[in-house]
Amino acid sequence: MTAKRRGAQLGMLAFAVLIVMGAYAGVGLGINGKVPSGMLGYGLGLGGLMLAAYLVLAKFAPWADPLLLPLVTLVNGIGLVMIYRLEEGGIKDASASNQLMWTALGVVMFSATLIVLRDHRALQRFTYTAGFVGIVLLVLPVLPVVGSEHYGARIWMNLGPFSLQPGEFAKLALVVFFAGYLVAKRDVLALAGRRLLFIDLPRARDLGPVLITWGVSIAVLVAEKDLGTSLLLFGAFIAMLYIATQRTSWVLIGLLLFVGGAVLAGQVFSHVQARFEGWLHASSTAVYDSGTSYQLMQGLFSLGSGGILGTGLGQGYPGLTPFSFSDFIFDAVGEELGLTGLMAILMVYALIVERGLRMSLASRDPFSKLLGGGLSFILAWQVFIIVGGVTRLIPLTGLVTPFMSAGGSALLANWMLIALLVRMSDAARRPPPQAIQDEGMTQVMQR
Amino acid sequence: MNSTLKRVAVACLIMFGLLMANVTYLGTVKAESLRNDSRNVRMLYARYKIDRGWITADNTKTTLAKTVDTGDPKFRFEREYPLGKPFTHVVGWFAPESAAGIESAMGRYLDGSHPDMVVRRAIDMISGKPAKGASVDLTLNTKAQEIAYKDLASTGKRGAVVAIEPKTGKILTMVSVPSYDPNPLATASKDKVNKAYNKLDKDGDKPLLNRAIDLTYAPGSTFKTVTSAAYLSDDSSRDENTQVDAPDSLPLPGTSISLPNYHGESCGGRATLVEALTISCNTPFAKMGMELGWDKLKEQAEKFGVGKPLAIPMSVAGSSIGKEEGKAELAKTAIGQQSNQMTPLQMAMVAAGIANQGTVMKPYLVNKVLGPDGAEIDGTDPEALSEAVTPEVAGELTKMMISVVENGTGGAAKLPGITVAGKTGTAETAPGKPSHAWFISFAPVDDPQVAVAVFVESGSAGNDATGGAVAAPIAHDVMQAVLGQ
Repeated sequence: MTAKRRGAQLGMLAFAVLIVMGAYAGVGLGINGKVPSGMLGYGLGLGGLMLAAYLVLAKFAPWADPLLLPLVTLVNGIGLVMIYRLEEGGIKDASASNQLMWTALGVVMFSATLIVLRDHRALQRFTYTAGFVGIVLLVLPVLPVVGSEHYGARIWMNLGPFSLQPGEFAKLALVVFFAGYLVAKRDVLALAGRRLLFIDLPRARDLGPVLITWGVSIAVLVAEKDLGTSLLLFGAFIAMLYIATQRTSWVLIGLLLFVGGAVLAGQVFSHVQARFEGWLHASSTAVYDSGTSYQLMQGLFSLGSGGILGTGLGQGYPGLTPFSFSDFIFDAVGEELGLTGLMAILMVYALIVERGLRMSLASRDPFSKLLGGGLSFILAWQVFIIVGGVTRLIPLTGLVTPFMSAGGSALLANWMLIALLVRMSDAARRPPPQAIQDEGMTQVMQR
Repeated sequence: MNSTLKRVAVACLIMFGLLMANVTYLGTVKAESLRNDSRNVRMLYARYKIDRGWITADNTKTTLAKTVDTGDPKFRFEREYPLGKPFTHVVGWFAPESAAGIESAMGRYLDGSHPDMVVRRAIDMISGKPAKGASVDLTLNTKAQEIAYKDLASTGKRGAVVAIEPKTGKILTMVSVPSYDPNPLATASKDKVNKAYNKLDKDGDKPLLNRAIDLTYAPGSTFKTVTSAAYLSDDSSRDENTQVDAPDSLPLPGTSISLPNYHGESCGGRATLVEALTISCNTPFAKMGMELGWDKLKEQAEKFGVGKPLAIPMSVAGSSIGKEEGKAELAKTAIGQQSNQMTPLQMAMVAAGIANQGTVMKPYLVNKVLGPDGAEIDGTDPEALSEAVTPEVAGELTKMMISVVENGTGGAAKLPGITVAGKTGTAETAPGKPSHAWFISFAPVDDPQVAVAVFVESGSAGNDATGGAVAAPIAHDVMQAVLGQ
């Protein structure tokens, strides 16, 4: 029997806001030797936002998992503080007030999703619409006029004074599409074809959807030079395919296809090759001096210089790494909060994912299980790709560190993702309706 | 679908596990090398963020290295060496990427990272003040140091001077020539420093080396004091007046050559020990060496500190009398030739040991370490390194060495009204090459305050120099400076 645990949730939320405020004060003390003057405003702002989110949650999803909102508040807040710190440190492109505004909009999206979407199963009806929307969002940046290219990747879309990364929203739409599609087709896709060695191959005609998704991924890679999104979407699709069909062969086929595609892309496109080279020989002088691994190595220097406890907020030089406020924010946190801070942040992400997957297990219908599993996995997968990239575990591909990196689209999309998890956890944890009447008192009405 | 969901959960767990393992690896095992990577400019900034402690001498009265606040946020504290060249090899320098001398050896005190200063540093960190290091006070006598440098530099040759306080082991003087100005190596510009360093590094005279402790040389006749010590210790009935064979030339066993005395001089066939040392005959000491045998000679040298690893706190090159070979080689080793190689510091320790009634004190440069608040954090307590000879043998050796100064080759070291004991040395380097000139001495004999070793590397200038003519006058000036005359 689950409980609502609303008091605990409010307490943890207050605790998360308190940690963030402490960090905020730490930045001021570290850089200027005094508590920042805007501290109260920021504290009230963030606290008020989260209180609003909590009230919406309490009203519209009272049975929701009590951990999700406090955990997300914490990583979002730490990201905010780090961006503030970099801005104070003289990094012009980092803007804490922008990030706070986007956080506010993110909370608005979170609330709106919870208010509008009373039952997530309704999404199943929009399976193909979601698929279409997802593809359109992916294609938008490639189009002339609306699309624009920054830093070698064509993933931005101009929208008046703002530029959005539609790929972040495409991520959500496509996971909805995959869930709806796979629930409908999973029985067919699970049918065994010929047996090769120790695995059952699927039937050739069922390969269609996999090939299409693969094609889209590779197209993203080629047209937008965005290895990160490509890897993210394809990985999520394969994971969901596996959850739905329970066939390991899909995973293997998927891996082979992607590796093959990536190797081919590496042969043809120099930027993919450079990424790989910059990973494998990152510390070699020649590769470093050519600039290929400069950013990665600067990130690692930043992280390594923090050691176990970090320099303390405002005491290090995280701004030396290019894009320390976006792609490389994880390394920046590592320098000032140390290994200790990074482990805490990874734990928070792992907990969010774990709560999501647990909720999926407890869900009662296949669509919820698949959607919940897919959303949780794509979050974990995104953290793995970007954090693994900036810590040189895997080749670096540009992605946003969820909730932490500067960037509006990602914040909005990820707050919506959390709203969906909250919505589903409310459904999963809500006790089934109790029989009001006793068995013996049941009256059978007959005509 | 629950079974596959659980497997996906395990996959997620593995992904986070990998990230955590990798971050842990970077934050612990790799942290040090990432932090110290030359491409990581943080190290550079960090070096200049600390209000580094000063280096002083003469009981903190003289400043040898000081820190200047430039106000530049990236390179805030820079280093200056007001007394320059005479002190370079001891004080060293603090460059953007490296350090030398005391700056390096005492670096953890100077920059405040020493474990003894943890609490202090934590307070600085919390209060937001720039970290302040400890000051290091050296044992140097700056007056004697400057005179030693001036004298040695004016010879135009390479060399070294070391003076020790025999009763404590305090190093009063340590000079190496040629020297260089440390200030150009202490600017915050890597390029400028590299240029200055490379120029010094390429210099054929190798000014970067501290000849007092980094290199070893044949000690020549100054080593006869060690051979005498072994000979006197071997039989307690022997004293300065013991008669020894002193032929004009000594046939070396197993070879067709004979060992002559210096410049073919005669020592009269028989001589007392004191006579033999006074005019520095070769043959009696070579014969003594052969009589004693390799083991006794080696043991005696070791008792003076030869072969013991030494840090003052800079590490000292190992002196050695060489490898055991035949009798002929042993004879040459006994007069400080063959593979016998000593640092000037080691020869100063021989003089200091004899002066201190046979007890060699461990030489040291750091007098005390003072915290940023002026309180003493650490100080050096004099410590005996070894008992080289008995007080009786030391007394005999002293009498012999007095005779060297009063009646023999070391006359240039005489001080008015003070009895000086000494020994000259003129070491052959290679056939046809100019010799090294040595002089070791101590004074006053009845209450020794200073023991000196002067070494002049003669290969650098064409002329032939004897220890008595070139090295003894420098020892004279250094002793005089220390004794305050």
